[in-house]
Amino acid sequence: MTSVTLVRRIKASPDIVFEAVTSAEGIAHWWGPDAGPVLLSESEPRVGGSYRLRFRTLPGAEHECTGKFLVIDPPKRVVISWHWTFGGDDPGESQVEIILRPIEVGTELTFTHSRLYNEASQLSHEWGWTGALRKLQEYFARDA
Amino acid sequence: MHSAWLILSIVENSTKNLDRTFAALSDPTRRAILDKLARRPGASVSELAEPFAIKLPAVMKHLGVLDEAGLITRSKTGRVVTVRLKPGSMRDAMTWLRRHELFWSSRLDKLTAYAERKELEARSQKK
Repeated sequence: MTSVTLVRRIKASPDIVFEAVTSAEGIAHWWGPDAGPVLLSESEPRVGGSYRLRFRTLPGAEHECTGKFLVIDPPKRVVISWHWTFGGDDPGESQVEIILRPIEVGTELTFTHSRLYNEASQLSHEWGWTGALRKLQEYFARDA
Repeated sequence: MHSAWLILSIVENSTKNLDRTFAALSDPTRRAILDKLARRPGASVSELAEPFAIKLPAVMKHLGVLDEAGLITRSKTGRVVTVRLKPGSMRDAMTWLRRHELFWSSRLDKLTAYAERKELEARSQKK
């Protein structure tokens, strides 16, 4: 599976982080790609429920991401399908998984965007990509 | 670097070349061939075929796919065809993944700041 994984340590309780990654208000706060306005934010955080976020970037382009909640296990884990809508381009559907683990300072968040290319199943393992990610995770861990 | 441009370049880079590279990498035999080439640059086709329980024509076919995807080069000296890795396509595929990583990394910075602010708000309300 072609994927990227990132780990963050957040000084907030798992409940608060879970709310931030699943509620319409929460995703509107962190998901926009730059300081451009969020035009629409909808979220039904239940299995099979949809979310939708539409925003305008500073250069003026409008984009939308949509998907469904596939797994929702508060405040531990959420899996969503991920679909970008760009003007005409369709990069296909991928999957985002967020796992929350309580730690002393608050929450450890593991973020994985997978199925970036469905066919490249073992790429990361075979080519040391995991090694690069591990370094990155260590970097973030040190940072927290 | 502007994230908006990052998103756009993620999409723009999802071109046929990348499709071909990832498709070529999706097969375990082809990955094993690449792995062997990383350890033994300039291996001959018959050396590459050796560890696999498949016939030479099948190996040739895999090499064709890898060549087409820009992952290897083949050169002929007399009767012997030697094979080498060609880094360009692999680098592009890694860059593509790296872009996703950078993109999400800046999103997670915002998420962290937002959640930590919410936590402080919740604590001050409790007091």
